[in-house]
Amino acid sequence: MKTRPALFLAALTVLVTTALAGEVTIQLPTETATLRPGKGVELAQANCFSCHSVDYIKTQPPMPRKFWEAEVKKMREKYGAPTTEDAIPTLVDYLATTYGVPDAKKP
Amino acid sequence: MHLRSSLGRRQFLRQASLAGAAALLGNRAFGADTITLPFANGERPLAKFPQKRPLILQTSRPPQLETPFSVFNESIITPNDAFFVRYHLANIPTSIDPDKFRLEIKGRIKTPLNLSLEALRHDFENVEVVAVNQCSGNSRGFFVPRVGGGQSGNGAMGNAKWLGVRLKDVLEKAGLQANAKQVTCNGLDGPVLPQTPDFVKALDIDHALDGDVMLAFEMNGAPLPMLNGFPLRLVVPGYYGTYWVKHLNELTVIPEVLDNFWMTTGYRIPNTPGACIEPGTKTTNTVPINRFNVRSFITSHADGAQVAAKQVAHVRGIAFDGGSGIREVLFSGDGGKSWQSAELGDDLGRFSFREWKLAYTPPVTGAAEWKCRAINRVGQSQPMEPLWNPAGYMRNVVETVKVTIA
Repeated sequence: MKTRPALFLAALTVLVTTALAGEVTIQLPTETATLRPGKGVELAQANCFSCHSVDYIKTQPPMPRKFWEAEVKKMREKYGAPTTEDAIPTLVDYLATTYGVPDAKKP
Repeated sequence: MHLRSSLGRRQFLRQASLAGAAALLGNRAFGADTITLPFANGERPLAKFPQKRPLILQTSRPPQLETPFSVFNESIITPNDAFFVRYHLANIPTSIDPDKFRLEIKGRIKTPLNLSLEALRHDFENVEVVAVNQCSGNSRGFFVPRVGGGQSGNGAMGNAKWLGVRLKDVLEKAGLQANAKQVTCNGLDGPVLPQTPDFVKALDIDHALDGDVMLAFEMNGAPLPMLNGFPLRLVVPGYYGTYWVKHLNELTVIPEVLDNFWMTTGYRIPNTPGACIEPGTKTTNTVPINRFNVRSFITSHADGAQVAAKQVAHVRGIAFDGGSGIREVLFSGDGGKSWQSAELGDDLGRFSFREWKLAYTPPVTGAAEWKCRAINRVGQSQPMEPLWNPAGYMRNVVETVKVTIA
């Protein structure tokens, strides 16, 4: 198809401007938080980040294993995370070991 | 290198020596500055998001940005570019044409409506309110024992002048059916996975019709920033931010109480006075979170501030509550042993931050604990010791600033 480039370009410019009139567009910055290494990191990588960034894990306070266990359970049962049942122990181990604290001793 | 900002220990800026690492990370959301909130694992980057100044980055996706506390000493109105951001689900709109945007009103009504922004602006009375929006989990990072969730300092709140129309007027135009019980509110933000519950909140019909609840299209004289709900959000004065649905495009009147994750499981508080239980315990007797309790802050001085003895210090801060309005703010320069009444600033309405100030002359040198305590017009105040609940909501303890009198 033959077109007169200048005219075509002008027409295109009008089209784009019209389409964008009033439209508000933002570009979100690139995520930077990354997981700490550890046994099971691949599992966390595969299971956790469809829905949220790494800082959701990283910013949590130092918590015992049962906290991380409850978080994984909540993500599966309430938010529908596609984590398989057999992946849970390794995933919880990774989170508790890498981002948690040792369980408090019973008095 | 550590640089102490004028804010002192509470939130010091750190020039992290990450320049080398930063270069490897490419398109960074933030510079090397971080801010440290005063609790374990409290270090956060300062991040620049669209239409925002650098804010405390709690999470990137979905964005959760906290306002640095120093902003609250700059003005009673929180600027749009400093206003906190809190989403729940990561499928958020990043491009919206306001001319094509529609608000749908459906369900148990007589006339379904599909309103453009233009129609909202021109067919209904425009109203303005100055109101605080505060995240339910504002200050969660200070809970002891700690609880999971967004680990905010005190900056997940802000005070803005909202312009919009009354939800009441829109619902009345649609005409409610006799069995209307709640209005559910949905926005353009949604889940990434189809099985994740969409973020939908509900208001009781009496609340929706009280004339205070608003559909806002402007904030502080400008369109809403995208991350604060452009082009239309619910404004629920006196109520926690969870109800202030962003990018609001769907109102559904229902004949029952909404039963979804965000009303039935999340955002519940113990059904006890003060919404508190014994720290570390659980309860199943809960109700949906609702109105703010009373809070007040010293904004002029932060932990670690040096103050001259026997000279007048100009102390000031902010106070607010769930809509009764602030009657009095008390200040103590001696850790709560004695209190004096502060002067209240302009009254911008019962839902707004209320400025308070006083000239205080520290009598002796040494370490001192400054405290403030607000009382609202129905006599409610703040506890001297923090109250605790499992979700880390509604912190409103009398705050303490540790200063050195020299």
